Amino acid sequence: MGERIQLTVNGALREIEASSDTPLLYALRNDLALKGTRFGCGSGQCGACFVLIDGHPTPACDTPLWSVADKDIVTVEGLGAGGALHPLQTAFVAEQAAQCGYCTSGILISAAALLAKNPRPTEREVREALDRNLCRCGSHNRVVRAVLRAAQE
Amino acid sequence: MNTVAETRLTRPGSLEKNPRLSQWLRVHRDGTVSIYSGKVEIGQGILTALAQIAAEELGIAVERIRMVPADTAVSPDEGVTSGSLSIQDSGAALRRACAQARAVLLASAAARLAVSTRDVQVADGVVRAGGRSTSFWECADEALFDREIDDTAALRSPGDYRVVGKPTPRRDLPDKIAGQPRFIQDMALPGMLYGRIVRPPHNFAGLISLDDSKVKSMPGLAAIVRDGAFVGVLAEREDVAISVQRALRLAASWREADPPPRDVHAWLKEHAAEHRVISEKGNAGARSRATKTLEASFTKPYLSHASIGPSCAIARIDDGKLMVWSHSQGIFNLRRDLALALGMREDAVVVRHVEGAGCYGHNGADDAALDAALLARAAGGRPVQVQWMRDDEFAWAPCGPAMALNLRAALDAHGDIVDWEHELWSNGHSSRPGRGDSPALLAAWHLTSPHERPSAINMPLPAGAADRNAIPIYDFPNQRVVNHYVRAMPVRTSALRSLGAYANVFAIESFMDELAQAAGIDPIAFRLRHLKDPRGRAVMEAAARRAEWSRWKSTEGRGHGIGFARYKNMGAYCAAVAEVEVGRDVRVDRLILAVDVGLVINPDGVINQIEGGAIQSTSWTLKEQVKLGARGIASLGWEDYPILKFSEAPPVEVELASHPELPAVGAGEAAQGPTAAAIANAVAHALGLRVRDLPLTHERIAAAISQST
Repeated sequence: MGERIQLTVNGALREIEASSDTPLLYALRNDLALKGTRFGCGSGQCGACFVLIDGHPTPACDTPLWSVADKDIVTVEGLGAGGALHPLQTAFVAEQAAQCGYCTSGILISAAALLAKNPRPTEREVREALDRNLCRCGSHNRVVRAVLRAAQE
Repeated sequence: MNTVAETRLTRPGSLEKNPRLSQWLRVHRDGTVSIYSGKVEIGQGILTALAQIAAEELGIAVERIRMVPADTAVSPDEGVTSGSLSIQDSGAALRRACAQARAVLLASAAARLAVSTRDVQVADGVVRAGGRSTSFWECADEALFDREIDDTAALRSPGDYRVVGKPTPRRDLPDKIAGQPRFIQDMALPGMLYGRIVRPPHNFAGLISLDDSKVKSMPGLAAIVRDGAFVGVLAEREDVAISVQRALRLAASWREADPPPRDVHAWLKEHAAEHRVISEKGNAGARSRATKTLEASFTKPYLSHASIGPSCAIARIDDGKLMVWSHSQGIFNLRRDLALALGMREDAVVVRHVEGAGCYGHNGADDAALDAALLARAAGGRPVQVQWMRDDEFAWAPCGPAMALNLRAALDAHGDIVDWEHELWSNGHSSRPGRGDSPALLAAWHLTSPHERPSAINMPLPAGAADRNAIPIYDFPNQRVVNHYVRAMPVRTSALRSLGAYANVFAIESFMDELAQAAGIDPIAFRLRHLKDPRGRAVMEAAARRAEWSRWKSTEGRGHGIGFARYKNMGAYCAAVAEVEVGRDVRVDRLILAVDVGLVINPDGVINQIEGGAIQSTSWTLKEQVKLGARGIASLGWEDYPILKFSEAPPVEVELASHPELPAVGAGEAAQGPTAAAIANAVAHALGLRVRDLPLTHERIAAAISQST
């Protein structure tokens, strides 16, 4: 272990020292202090740890570092341009689209990927795009409203 | 100035325990006010609502309020954040404390201006008289609040409210939506080690052997901690801690525990230790009019909290003092049991609350705190963060108890209920820390000198626990309600959102529909003829109106249903109407909920809680049951415990009654029972036959159809 690994995270080249088998999740959270990507299940079934890898929502919990060495990684902290909030995040605040907020980062990642390829989704398309993200508090409808609101702005 | 409602209220219990004004708030020279509440944010938005109440009574902008996270070193002890009681407990206490603080500050300001308090104008903390001014902030002096809360200060009249009753954005959400560190899982203290606990993902009776030879030399491993059957790992990197945990689990040999019963509900009925008649009334004349008797049995499975973020804690032992950061619902109770488990004095332990993922009852938060403390003993003064893995959470957090219910009722020739019996069988619904002789913390039962595992208990009525909402709110001339308490626990159980109310309301309200059908009367009309309570009638009528109940057009495979309850028979009123479509699975197309919580503090907060409760209850009702296998809990991941997905979540419409003149009650648990009953009744309406065993899955419906043919 202890290899030097270079990663492109939120547009910046970062270097960390870790085993190449380390899941991306821990490199982001603990080596790079990007805590917005969260552990939920460790097997890619809940969406809490989603990040964009070359634009695709991907669970960071079972993505080893070696597989993303030459990829473009975007976390929830990097969704907005130049440190500002992404329009989705503004819409989530406006709609108060969360209860506990633990699943929110992963949902924002899925929603951002959806809007990037389908800027005017229907409600049904939004729901289907978010089916890989679990929410336990029951904020689903507010989240869907927030995504549709962001798409209109 | 006191309102009618206020004079009816007794002094809040939180003030009895914490009577000094200085325990509740502190005014700062920078124009802010720190509010100390013993209640904690668990995703329900309580800190926002309490800030509104404080700002209202102080007469200042809500932005000036800083809510101090609960901490055993500085906060008032307000017990557990549970039972939808935070608005009643902490809200009522803060209301009085802040009203008195305002009076004290005004008197101080007037003295400073050398005028009478009658001659000052005050706005947002700035006090003016005769062209001169001062402010609450200039008067801030710790000695001012060093006094008893005496209830003499006038409370602001609800008619004058400017902050309370207005939709107020949650103060914690901007961070959470921006992905900023906010959760205990996100905390990183200097020098922090990462811990994981080596438990098998199933029940066990002891640790036979542990071969750590293969992992001992792993780089980054700091320590393997063993105390009896408790085994933990400490590492410099979190991923290393997890790798070692997984390897040690495979290298360990565990003594098998007794398997759980195959048919839990039958087992519960055979193993009751106490039988308590909790309500009985008799009227022989009415009973003699009975012309038709119905009976039915209902069941509810074990449910998992299934929070998206597994339990987590941080602990540090320094100079004989233990500091713990936890998302516990009851930091003082946790402190007590930590001290008990670790053989420490309570005053050597501080527990500070840090927000965690959504909390719906007694989950693994307290257990994780003891896990972290045990590992901190081997960390040489460094802080230790423990987070459970997904299977730890499913296998080891307490479950919401399984329940079995038998109902029996008789109708007279007019279709009136003349006799009613309700029996329930259940384990206790609370095994929270802080209440028994033995610590209610998982690891304590596995140590070399193990503590005894306490059995879950039931809190007494009127709130009740297993029997919460078992006494019908309807007016029946004869009734008998029996709570059969089962002490032995095949599965560890404790409090889950609404406790027994979910199953009791599901059963009562399903049975009311069966009786309505037998009487040939519309289900809502049938309920209304048995219900005198005007607020209850009003929410049922409001839900029916919004749903256009009477204009329903029957189509193949579709149905609608009603469910109603007043939470704990003394809290929030809630009526739910569900519209469903039954194909292979049940799909809920629409939920309408009418709710009366008395005075509404934060309308958007209440609506958010009701929407969330309704969707979570839909998930429980359609999909959820903890699977049991030979080794205990067999639902260890989301594939074994599916919950409602975005494409399955129904639209939810909420109607809020407005009663600013009535005491505010909590909203967090009101929707659980009514939603379940409304869905079950809608499914029965769609199918023409009833499923009485939760959850209402494809298999259950197929079984009910095959039994009926």
